[in-house]
Amino acid sequence: MEYITTPKVEQVKLLDRYTPKKPAIGTLYLTTTHLIYVETASETRKETWILHHHIATVEKLALTPAGCPLLIHCKNFRVAHFVLPRERDCQDVFQSLLKLSQPAKYEELYAFLYNPKQDENDRRIGWGAVNLKMEFERMGLPNDLWELTDLNKNYGICSTYPAELAVPKAASNPTIVGSSKFRSRGRFPVLSYFHKENSAAICRCSQPLSGFSARCVEDEQMLQAISKANPKSSYMYVVDTRPKLNAMANRAAGKGYENEDHYSNIRFQFVGIENIHVMRSSLQKLVEVCAVKSPTMSDYLTGLENSGWLRHIKAIMDAGIFLVKAVTEENASVLVHCSDGWDRTAQVCSLAAVLLDPYYRTMKGLMVLIEKEWISMGHKFTQRCGHLEGEPKEVSPVFTQFVECLWHLMEQYPCAFEFNERYLTEIHDHVYACQFGNFIGNCEKERLEMKLQEKTYNIWPFLLEKIQQFTNPLYKGLFYIDVLKPNTLPFNFKLWCGMYNRFDNGMHPKQSVLDYLLTLTRQKIEDEEKVESLQKRLAAVDGLPERGCSDNVSGGQASPVSAAPLSFTGNEAVDIFSHTNGTEENSKASLAT
Amino acid sequence: MIITATVSRTADREATGSSGDQSKPVQKMEFAELIKTPRVDGVVLHRPFMPTVEGTLCLTGHHLILSSRQDSIEELWLLHSNIDSIEKRFVGSLGTIVVKCKDLRVIQLDIPGMEECLNIASSIEALSTLDSITLMYPFFHRPMFEVIEDGWNLFLPEEFFKDIESSTDEWRLSSVNKDFSVCPTYPALVIVPKAVDDDTLCKVATFRHGGRFPVLSYYHKKNGMVMMRAGQPLTGTNGRRCKEDEKLINATLRVGKRGYIIDTRTIGVAQQAKARGGGFEQEANYPQWRRIHKAIERSNILQESLIKLVEACNDQSQNMDRWLSKLEASNWQTHVKEILTTACLAAQCIDREGASVLVHGTEGSDSTLQVTSLAQIILDPGCRTIRGFQALVEREWLQAGHPFQQRCVQSAFSNSKPRWEAPVFLLFLDCVWQILHQFPCSFQFNEHFLVLLFEHAYASQFGTFLGNSPAERVKLKLPQKTVSLWSWVNRPQEMERYLNPLYEANSLVIWPSVAPQSLLLWEGVFLRWKRSSKCLDEAFEEMVHIIECNKELQSKVNALRRQLAQLETGDGLLGTP
Repeated sequence: MEYITTPKVEQVKLLDRYTPKKPAIGTLYLTTTHLIYVETASETRKETWILHHHIATVEKLALTPAGCPLLIHCKNFRVAHFVLPRERDCQDVFQSLLKLSQPAKYEELYAFLYNPKQDENDRRIGWGAVNLKMEFERMGLPNDLWELTDLNKNYGICSTYPAELAVPKAASNPTIVGSSKFRSRGRFPVLSYFHKENSAAICRCSQPLSGFSARCVEDEQMLQAISKANPKSSYMYVVDTRPKLNAMANRAAGKGYENEDHYSNIRFQFVGIENIHVMRSSLQKLVEVCAVKSPTMSDYLTGLENSGWLRHIKAIMDAGIFLVKAVTEENASVLVHCSDGWDRTAQVCSLAAVLLDPYYRTMKGLMVLIEKEWISMGHKFTQRCGHLEGEPKEVSPVFTQFVECLWHLMEQYPCAFEFNERYLTEIHDHVYACQFGNFIGNCEKERLEMKLQEKTYNIWPFLLEKIQQFTNPLYKGLFYIDVLKPNTLPFNFKLWCGMYNRFDNGMHPKQSVLDYLLTLTRQKIEDEEKVESLQKRLAAVDGLPERGCSDNVSGGQASPVSAAPLSFTGNEAVDIFSHTNGTEENSKASLAT
Repeated sequence: MIITATVSRTADREATGSSGDQSKPVQKMEFAELIKTPRVDGVVLHRPFMPTVEGTLCLTGHHLILSSRQDSIEELWLLHSNIDSIEKRFVGSLGTIVVKCKDLRVIQLDIPGMEECLNIASSIEALSTLDSITLMYPFFHRPMFEVIEDGWNLFLPEEFFKDIESSTDEWRLSSVNKDFSVCPTYPALVIVPKAVDDDTLCKVATFRHGGRFPVLSYYHKKNGMVMMRAGQPLTGTNGRRCKEDEKLINATLRVGKRGYIIDTRTIGVAQQAKARGGGFEQEANYPQWRRIHKAIERSNILQESLIKLVEACNDQSQNMDRWLSKLEASNWQTHVKEILTTACLAAQCIDREGASVLVHGTEGSDSTLQVTSLAQIILDPGCRTIRGFQALVEREWLQAGHPFQQRCVQSAFSNSKPRWEAPVFLLFLDCVWQILHQFPCSFQFNEHFLVLLFEHAYASQFGTFLGNSPAERVKLKLPQKTVSLWSWVNRPQEMERYLNPLYEANSLVIWPSVAPQSLLLWEGVFLRWKRSSKCLDEAFEEMVHIIECNKELQSKVNALRRQLAQLETGDGLLGTP
């Protein structure tokens, strides 16, 4: 509250990229959580709400004759260009937004204010929406080969890991502890995904502290234990997701990568995904390309190429596919790491899980996957999303890239996902919004200390309530395709306009097939109900005359009365349909002529 | 070159004929001298996304056929005219022919025996580059279906004019070109302003490139504005003018109204055209018209662009930067954007500005037609129906004298230096696909229909796209000697495949976005043979299934309602004496 000096500015212009000559005029309000712009001219009083946490940058541009421009870039790729009539107001709003968009303390995040007037009990239950223990059970754990351990219950061995972890049964506690000491930040190898069909596993960790020559018996035992936990293969892969050069440079700092000679039966592989800094600047370039006012095709394609963005997306996708091939075609287990094992490793492991297991292509499955591989395993959401005031160099679109990989998969497999594109953008929005507690903090330990489960709401029940709008009408169920093997030749990758130009309505198809099919889905449910109720009524009407034809007057009246409300709602739906039917007739008529 | 046509003796080939191709000529023709080896056994065929087939390769006058003689395996029937180029190579005595088709498919034939391979290759080369149109397959193809309505008579200029006549009396149908002497590339009947007589038209024709005097292309019923098209004015370097030309186009303006001349070329190109006798309308002579120059490229540049694009799509490299830079360097998407932008401009002048428009480039038979036909798709809902679209192609491309024969003689794999060939029509189809993609519920036809037209423009059993002008088609007696594509495609069982299940008639003007982000690579053509379409096809089928289910359920609800109403009124009648 103390940051807001000017809560309301009138006569503010909102420039539109396509019709710069006709800006909207309206009133700008600042609340503790949102910037709200209400158009005065339009009859609909169109409103634009921008959550403070969604603001990535706010710039005050040079004064123009029209007023003082304020340019806001959002983390969900909205760009808002306001022009305020007075310089002082602009300065006030600018200062307020700087503070409000990146608070200094956790307690100032939206989630700690957000109160949907939900029953406290429901709120508590909400935090149980995703249960990782059940997820391990679903994967078939514990079993002969893998077990759950609470060795990290006080976060003593690894502060950024969760308390509950899955490790090979054959790995003794001293092996685990020893291995953790040989891994960056103690992030020792743990199970990410267990492929029931052939007992191959995907495991994850951070880089070894190998330097130029160091080795660690326990770490070697640990990898041996993982390899042995897969009886179908005599070897396992160790995938370093970094470019080889980066990994080599790390050796000078006492870190690095596994020496194949020191570990028995490992096959070592680099997959060359760039680091967070390269990704950040790549996205920056991409966003600039998307925001150019009227680019030529050549400018656009050159800009797209120079951003490198699609190259990075392809690299992540290829890495995921490498894992899947190892698991399904060679029955081999894979251990994945990058430097700290919380960025590229999270991307690659979770993508491989989606490719391997149809469960993760359901709404619930994706929730579980995000909770497991990202939230619980210590992806640093606070830093990567820039929730708080801090080091801008720690911000990076790692999670955005994972979501984009899913979108590319959905483009290639339109029937394989239970959810649609909007589910992805909604989740992406919430990762940055801090409205719910899930994406606040960097690891389980931090979240416990913040008492998030007591003070904030969980996002998943909230999304489940809106399940209808996130449904993919073309979804063919869990048994449609088992393992996805996407084509990754470069021409399969294109700009995700629905994400990076999401708020440029003019650029999107003007008619949405998704909306149309969702309407049909709703109508189908209504119609099924109608059929059922009509059949009941028919049975009733039909039955009566037979029972006593002399006495049918009262019977005839009774049934329409009881069904009246239903037939009323039914008529409304008929109107919608008569339109569709008309279309069909048109097309038939033109066929016949 | 003497080509003898005899009745085929390869009766055994008939025995293999479980093929789905209905187009086997009743009378088998054989181009005996060109076919050095009519059949080879043990040939292995590789096709994209299909299992390898081993079988017998047969060459006929018009087809390359490969059959395994197993019912379960589909035979290959490839029109020689669909072959764009071939490559041959040898490993020992095993020869390989790579056949590159005009529809952008690439197949490979492994042929045992060097001599056989060389013979087959040279036969294919000869048969796929026949000079004479009358030797082409449409002249030999006999339909295996009953022609219910003859496509050759479906879209006559008289019919189109009747529709215009119903809303305005300012235009007339002129037969000044009835013997194709005034303008050799125009149809016999053209629509011109009523106030202008045939003598004037003849004079104007001498002032316009190729005699292409301004004619009506489209009448916008909503506000009475029109779109005309023509060839460039022949002003030359000394600024020649033609009063009759000025009179003609001014006759289309309402009192006090101004019109727009859209020259599809840049001002620079238009200036250069003067040196070759061409040019553009001088403001001083056409004070009521505002001229706008756009930048649609000439045909030879478009052809180069297609070659580069297809080369990029066929590159198996995993390098993303390489793909994007090749895509950019091909300039294909730039052409799509420029053509669509110009069409939007024309439509905007008519619908938003309430002004009439004259469109021309140089000859008035390439970029001009792209613009006038796309503008109609934007403005006129009728053009978005399957019949309306056929009529548009017939009117604005075939009748308007787009030289299909020249433009489509080679496609993207052409090795020779381009002379006349250019993907002008393909670019138009690509632009239509872009609009279809942006307005998926506004078209009665689907993407497959556009792909079909692309295929048939380049190689076909039908005569529709043969010849360069209506005059040539008359001379070739195409309507008498060949079958029209429309006759085939309009049969209900065929048309079903080309209908868009999402279609809902929409009477609005549809404005496509021309932002680069909105314009996509037309995967249905350019990546068609590069990746499996299985999952996309399944999605399409699922969508059709959902829509069908809903319709069925709806009719069930209606039937039950009627049943109930009958019962209830029946009861009511009994109950109210």
